Amino acid sequence: MDAILAQLLNGLDKGGAYALIALGLTLVFGTLGVVNFAHGALFMLGAFCAVTLRQLITLETVVIDPEQLSAWGSPLEIRTPLAQTWFGDFGAVLVDYSVPLSIVLAIPTMLLIGIAMERGIIKHFYKRPHAEQILVTFGLAIVLQEVVKAIFGPNPISQPIPSAVRGAFDVGAMLGLAPGALTYPMWRLIYFLFSLGIIGAVFAFLRFTTFGMVVRAGMADRETVGLLGINIDRRFTIMFGIAAVVAGLAGVMYTPLLPPNYHQGMDFLVLSFVVVVVGGMGSLPGAVAAGFLLGILQSFASMSEVKQIIPGIDQIIIYLIAVVILLVRPRGLMGRRGMMES
Amino acid sequence: MTLFALSRRDLAVFAVFAVVVLAMPFWLQPLGAAYPALMQKFVISAIFAIGFNILFGLTGYLSFGHAAFLGVGSYTAVWSFKLLTMDAIPAIFFAVLVSGLFALVIGYLSLRRSGIYFSILTLAFAQMCYNLAYSVLTPITNGETSLQLTLSDPRLIDTALAPRPAGLPSASLFGHSFSGLEGFYFCAVVLLIAFFVTQKIFASPFGMMLRAIKSNQTRMTYTGFNTRPYTLTAFVISGMFAGLAGALFAITDPLAGTERMQWTASGEVVLMTILGGVGTLIGPVIGAWFIEYFENIFSAFNESVVHAFFSFLPAEIADPVALVASKFVGEGWQLTLGLLFVLVVVFLPGGIMEGVRRIGSLFGRRGTPVSPGAARAQPAE
Repeated sequence: MDAILAQLLNGLDKGGAYALIALGLTLVFGTLGVVNFAHGALFMLGAFCAVTLRQLITLETVVIDPEQLSAWGSPLEIRTPLAQTWFGDFGAVLVDYSVPLSIVLAIPTMLLIGIAMERGIIKHFYKRPHAEQILVTFGLAIVLQEVVKAIFGPNPISQPIPSAVRGAFDVGAMLGLAPGALTYPMWRLIYFLFSLGIIGAVFAFLRFTTFGMVVRAGMADRETVGLLGINIDRRFTIMFGIAAVVAGLAGVMYTPLLPPNYHQGMDFLVLSFVVVVVGGMGSLPGAVAAGFLLGILQSFASMSEVKQIIPGIDQIIIYLIAVVILLVRPRGLMGRRGMMES
Repeated sequence: MTLFALSRRDLAVFAVFAVVVLAMPFWLQPLGAAYPALMQKFVISAIFAIGFNILFGLTGYLSFGHAAFLGVGSYTAVWSFKLLTMDAIPAIFFAVLVSGLFALVIGYLSLRRSGIYFSILTLAFAQMCYNLAYSVLTPITNGETSLQLTLSDPRLIDTALAPRPAGLPSASLFGHSFSGLEGFYFCAVVLLIAFFVTQKIFASPFGMMLRAIKSNQTRMTYTGFNTRPYTLTAFVISGMFAGLAGALFAITDPLAGTERMQWTASGEVVLMTILGGVGTLIGPVIGAWFIEYFENIFSAFNESVVHAFFSFLPAEIADPVALVASKFVGEGWQLTLGLLFVLVVVFLPGGIMEGVRRIGSLFGRRGTPVSPGAARAQPAE
């Protein structure tokens, strides 16, 4: 029982990342009808927003103090982060919380990148076939990841968890199990809650605001909304920006779990496409549900008991499910009838 | 013999192509790329690309998992070396056979869907192959360390015919080991055969049928054709070409690693085909050569070379220019490639071939005739 619960929890944070990326992908597909192979790259860019911010606020001044000697007998170098010199203790807190703080940087950056991408390239591809959309966004993804590689280098750059939430959280005690029977890293729990929050925010935005209502109407029937005198194109552009922000935030908060490197976008892209397909192309709740479902199934498949029965299942379970779904029920778990069912 | 007959135009194309390929060591000399290892890569990538083009160019089905067949071909060839003989012919035979079987199974399932679903299905199958090769199948694939020849390999046929040589043997043809340019010429002859087969397919009623499926599959179905066998045949042929390329990689260097199966490798063949000109005969070959050549040339550039290049400018301008430019060469070659690819897809969907044709028509000549349907990549939906 404990083991099953533990695996369930293990799948949640990964599932959260899948769900967030798949949500953005589905938003773009549902509004603009574009298959965006560069969406994984947006996740990666978000992660590098966190890296940038950390590199900025940990810029240091080095003062060589001839009075004191270091352990090697040379004059001691005192390194103080600029943030600490300027803001004192508050600066130290800033450095500690660099990852969650990056959200503030990531939101405008990702919004701008998303809108620039849509206006610059993707808008020319609305009328072109899906194959060409895949090709151009695939090329775009290569460009983005190579730019990041040129700036930040090819090696992963690990990001620290804020020290206050570095420990493990005793989930077992909360559920009435023996203390320490079931613990879970605090940051993973935060990531899970964070992804739930973002998902909730996106749904609430679509559901309860006028903007969201127009967007939903546009998803259902773009032409009619346009005929009513609403500039639907501009709203869809903004939705692309929002999808980029969602992917970027997923990337920011994921950095302590997986040190970001330039090709992680491609790694996540394939998986999140699979998630979208399983959930149903164009279905937002489907994308979220399938994200968590596949995250959890993957963590169950990596249990040693399961691996003994079917070796290697942990490596292929997600793809296997996608293949089965595509062949048996191509519109996905929650897809609309007739949606891309060719 | 009608089996080997080509139309007069195709014959001319084939003759020119044969001369170009076989004379590679000569015309690549001034370009600085005339060493065997690179020319072998040129020729093998060309086979991979024309095979991919048979599927994507003719039917419009965009497969993102072709590297799996390449990898399977490589592994099979190396196993044929290890177990049976170092001869190239059985290695090629088994590699093509096994990758063809893989393509049959994967194609049978994937072709039930079209458009983007087909792309994702092939991607999913390829990722499964890659992940399995990397983890559970390590007894067969040797995982991360790559499958290679060892001294204790059985090599049943070779050891039965002759005593075991002292060191590791290299691939051979009828007992004659490849050395120097021989490996290249062997691959070149295989490329010519593959090219000939492709020409036959393009000119055949079967090729016509595939183009018809690309232009409008629904119409084909309504006229009473069952399109599935045709697309499946194209998929299997295309997979066998990939397997052949994989086998040749193993023949020129008896080593098979998982990285050949990664989905970025599938992406590369897509790049080659699009860049050269999808749906054309020569396009994919040109695309493959273009990418391999510039990858090789550009990666050799480093910052000091770039600095020397811009040294005619005053130092204040030269330094930042050289700094920016150096990001696009050497390690950054992929960035240039990505940009180029985006530009081609946006402005020149027919690739280099369409560019050549447009320039040709500018000068009032009738450029290389390309059927209108072939120039644009259209999905099979």
